[in-house]
Amino acid sequence: MKTAATRAGAGPDRAPAQAGGPPGQQAPTGPELRPDRLSRQNLAGWLYSTPFLALFLTFMAFPIIATLLMSFTDFGLRNVTHPLDANFVGLDNYTALFDDPKFMKALFNTCYFVVLGVPLTIGSGLVAAVLLNSGIDRFRTFFRVGFYVPVVTAIVAVAVIWRFVLDPSEGLIAGLGSQLGFSTPDFLASKALAMPSLIVMAVWRNMGTAMVLFLAGLQAIPVEVREAAKLDGAGAFQEFRRITVPLLRPTMLYVAVMTTIGFLNVFEEPFVMTDGGPGDSTLTVSLHMYKEGFSFFHMGSASAMAYVLFTIVLAVTLLQFRLLKDKTR
Amino acid sequence: MSATEPRTTRPPKPGRTATSRRPGTTALTYTLLTVGLVVMSAPFLWMAVSAFKTPKDLGASPPVWIPTEWTLANFRELLDLMDIARNFMNSAVVAVVVTGCNLVFCSMLGYALAKLNFAGKKAVLGVVLGALMVPGNLMLLPQFVMMSKMGLLDSYAGLILPFAAGAFGVFLMRQFMMAIPDELLEAARIDGAGEWYIFWRIVLPLVKPALATLSIFVFLGSWNNFLWPLVATNDPDKYTLPVALATFATDPTKAAGSNGVLMAGAFLVVLPVVAVFLVLQRHFTQGIATSGLK
Repeated sequence: MKTAATRAGAGPDRAPAQAGGPPGQQAPTGPELRPDRLSRQNLAGWLYSTPFLALFLTFMAFPIIATLLMSFTDFGLRNVTHPLDANFVGLDNYTALFDDPKFMKALFNTCYFVVLGVPLTIGSGLVAAVLLNSGIDRFRTFFRVGFYVPVVTAIVAVAVIWRFVLDPSEGLIAGLGSQLGFSTPDFLASKALAMPSLIVMAVWRNMGTAMVLFLAGLQAIPVEVREAAKLDGAGAFQEFRRITVPLLRPTMLYVAVMTTIGFLNVFEEPFVMTDGGPGDSTLTVSLHMYKEGFSFFHMGSASAMAYVLFTIVLAVTLLQFRLLKDKTR
Repeated sequence: MSATEPRTTRPPKPGRTATSRRPGTTALTYTLLTVGLVVMSAPFLWMAVSAFKTPKDLGASPPVWIPTEWTLANFRELLDLMDIARNFMNSAVVAVVVTGCNLVFCSMLGYALAKLNFAGKKAVLGVVLGALMVPGNLMLLPQFVMMSKMGLLDSYAGLILPFAAGAFGVFLMRQFMMAIPDELLEAARIDGAGEWYIFWRIVLPLVKPALATLSIFVFLGSWNNFLWPLVATNDPDKYTLPVALATFATDPTKAAGSNGVLMAGAFLVVLPVVAVFLVLQRHFTQGIATSGLK
């Protein structure tokens, strides 16, 4: 259908548009490029971009701006049908949030989850990767696949399973405890233990991703470097400390950023396992936002929460880029 | 249950090794890996056996590791309580369409970003990279209002459209397509091939592995997606599997005391995904490594 001829027909009227800016960066592509070919690429480029951009503008860019606007209004249930009737309230939603002990609690819980969960996930993923990369050849794939399985399963299903594993009467932990003769607490009903339980579960589910990334990073480290270190008399630990860790820095950065973003948005685990309880001890920002927005339809306030969380995500990401930047280059 | 007897390899010899492989190091490695694997798989094994237990076995005080009597009663009760076949179908339809859309749209833009020169390319790339960072819950509330105004709540379209072209897919395809030599495409252009022909007949066949990887990730992401389907559906007939399972699990009137039925539900949600994963596992790990590190 779409032949080169029809495309070339669209050429001349497009040519002036790209004559201004980009030719400079196109020069290296080759001496063969004539204006009609450039404009042909221009047209193709934009045609190929259109579906993504249309969906992006409608379902991402517009809602991102709309959330910001909503966060300055008293958007409520009646505004779902009449969005433009919401009243402007300035920064009231934001100031109210920081006076609200419940939101501050949610913020604290989310940080607790991230500060403990992210290093544990990275640490266990790194340990698993180093073990798998330490020269064993038997069952390597077997172990790697086994460690990765939780990553592919739905968080909801995993949360349902773990709620049962931690069940005080019929659960796996309680069963092991009774067989080995020690008593186990009711993890999810305890204010002190509920959050650590969720963290353990999240580490269990997400370490596979970190492991696979670290494995790829480890395999990219040249053998010669390791051999040189060994010849110079480095022990296993020294090799790990002085060769592996520094050369894994780019991987570390990527894993840290991705894990942190995921953990800051934690929602399913407390939703299914504790509903934020007991006594708000596992209420996270995302769960609080969901409840405020869709149970009470305080959508203005929920929008403000979404932006506070997003600001934190951005700030933490930038900070990690600073701290973990590849200093070898 | 075998889950309780982890150490099948020899116990490690005390004393750390310094230089290269010694039998002790290898044994220690395998021991640690085996312990890890037991911890990683125990919850799944516990779920799988519990789904087939009778209430008596479930409540037994010294716990029963292997059911004394295997039963399908939990699955039957689950089928009575919810239309799980319907939920399964909803999840499948949404995941298949979302995957198809992503394959087409993401490879189109990925190709343009990797191999075409066009005005505004840098800006488009910036948009894609920015979109990678944005968490879904930042858009949740207006998306709900929009969909409600458009009458798309409780519809497949409402579940599909927000995920029809993901930035992750674009990025992944771009990374793979950058590896295609420019000379190949240039030769095709000199031979008079149109851009669409080049994309469809030359580029796409070259990135089949990438398309496989992308399908797996997008399908899985859609299959496991929870927050948006939770918000966008009200009618139990339109629930996807995770929403149906979570609604059932958090409903205080139904869930109490029937852990076996819940495990049967979790079993049905997890089993197809794990089966597919075990068959296609190589693509998973390759895909992750490529998207992350190139």
